[in-house]
Amino acid sequence: MALHTLNQPPGNTQCLERCLNALSDGDALLLIEDGVLATLPAHASRFDAIAANVSLFALQADLDARGLNVLKDARFTVVDDGGFVDLACEQDKVVSWY
Amino acid sequence: MKFSIIVQAAPYSCQSAETAYRFAKTLLDTGHDLHRVFFYGDGVHTGSAFASPPQDEPNIPANWQALAADHDLDLVVCIAAAVRRGVLDDTEAGRYSKSGSNLAAGFELSGLGQLADAIAQSDRVITFGA
Amino acid sequence: MSDKKKVLIINRRAPYGRSNARDSLDVALTCGVFEMPISLLFADDGVFQLLGGHQAKDIGQKNLSANLAALPMYDIDQLFVCESSLNTHGLASDQLDHNPTVVDHNAIQQLIQSHDVVLTF
Repeated sequence: MALHTLNQPPGNTQCLERCLNALSDGDALLLIEDGVLATLPAHASRFDAIAANVSLFALQADLDARGLNVLKDARFTVVDDGGFVDLACEQDKVVSWY
Repeated sequence: MKFSIIVQAAPYSCQSAETAYRFAKTLLDTGHDLHRVFFYGDGVHTGSAFASPPQDEPNIPANWQALAADHDLDLVVCIAAAVRRGVLDDTEAGRYSKSGSNLAAGFELSGLGQLADAIAQSDRVITFGA
Repeated sequence: MSDKKKVLIINRRAPYGRSNARDSLDVALTCGVFEMPISLLFADDGVFQLLGGHQAKDIGQKNLSANLAALPMYDIDQLFVCESSLNTHGLASDQLDHNPTVVDHNAIQQLIQSHDVVLTF
């Protein structure tokens, strides 16, 4: 199982699609930096095809910085920097999409 | 858990340079080990002692230096990537007849073997890319 | 080295425009020297690293394709290329050098799961 991080905005469709297509059952996806822009409900349908047991997270500092904490779609769980480290420990590897 | 971090992002150009530092600080604050930080590609600019950001902005090289001093960190700057981009220690400055060196204290220039070793020795390897 | 980690290196950037392709190859060759098992996956614009006929002299760079030819000397022979990326660019596998295995999204998920460390460039 892997933690995937994505730091590219949804406008970088190649990177977003690459990341989403790489997710396996039990993996976690953490949106960081400009990646958190994909938490907006307008982009929610992009995440419909991924497996139900892939958990979705977004980094709190990056949401806050961009004013997105109140706008984000409910399916993303917000984690702080400690939560980022915890996710990296819980999964057995980290794959960075950038 | 023992981590190693690869930083490929240049400070002040890419947010991931800052994210990498926050991740490192957080993992150390929560009791994990940081085996090595390997600065590669444009990430080697993190090792420049000449970085002089405005006082109200984070000094990313200085932040890494302070963290390294507190936790006895191994901050390795890829020598091939660094020398190309003008980040030199005293030895390399002499080798290339440059007027001065700029590798910040607390960082060391070394080869990709240090990255291979970090991969072998660490439970987790995480890349902060650009 | 305490053990031999299986390393998957994912190459997503086109050659020459940025340093990622060269940086990645240098990491692969170094890990090869340390006899770590290495697999290389080429996806997205990274598939252009495998296209034959590179002549990079006039842009002041070394021929990446020629350097990739050194991989077998380092016992790196697990090369994979993403099928959908080839389709995106209208490329066929017989236009590629270095004999990569063509893989779909499921196979790429398996590659990620079956390696200990995944590096992306």
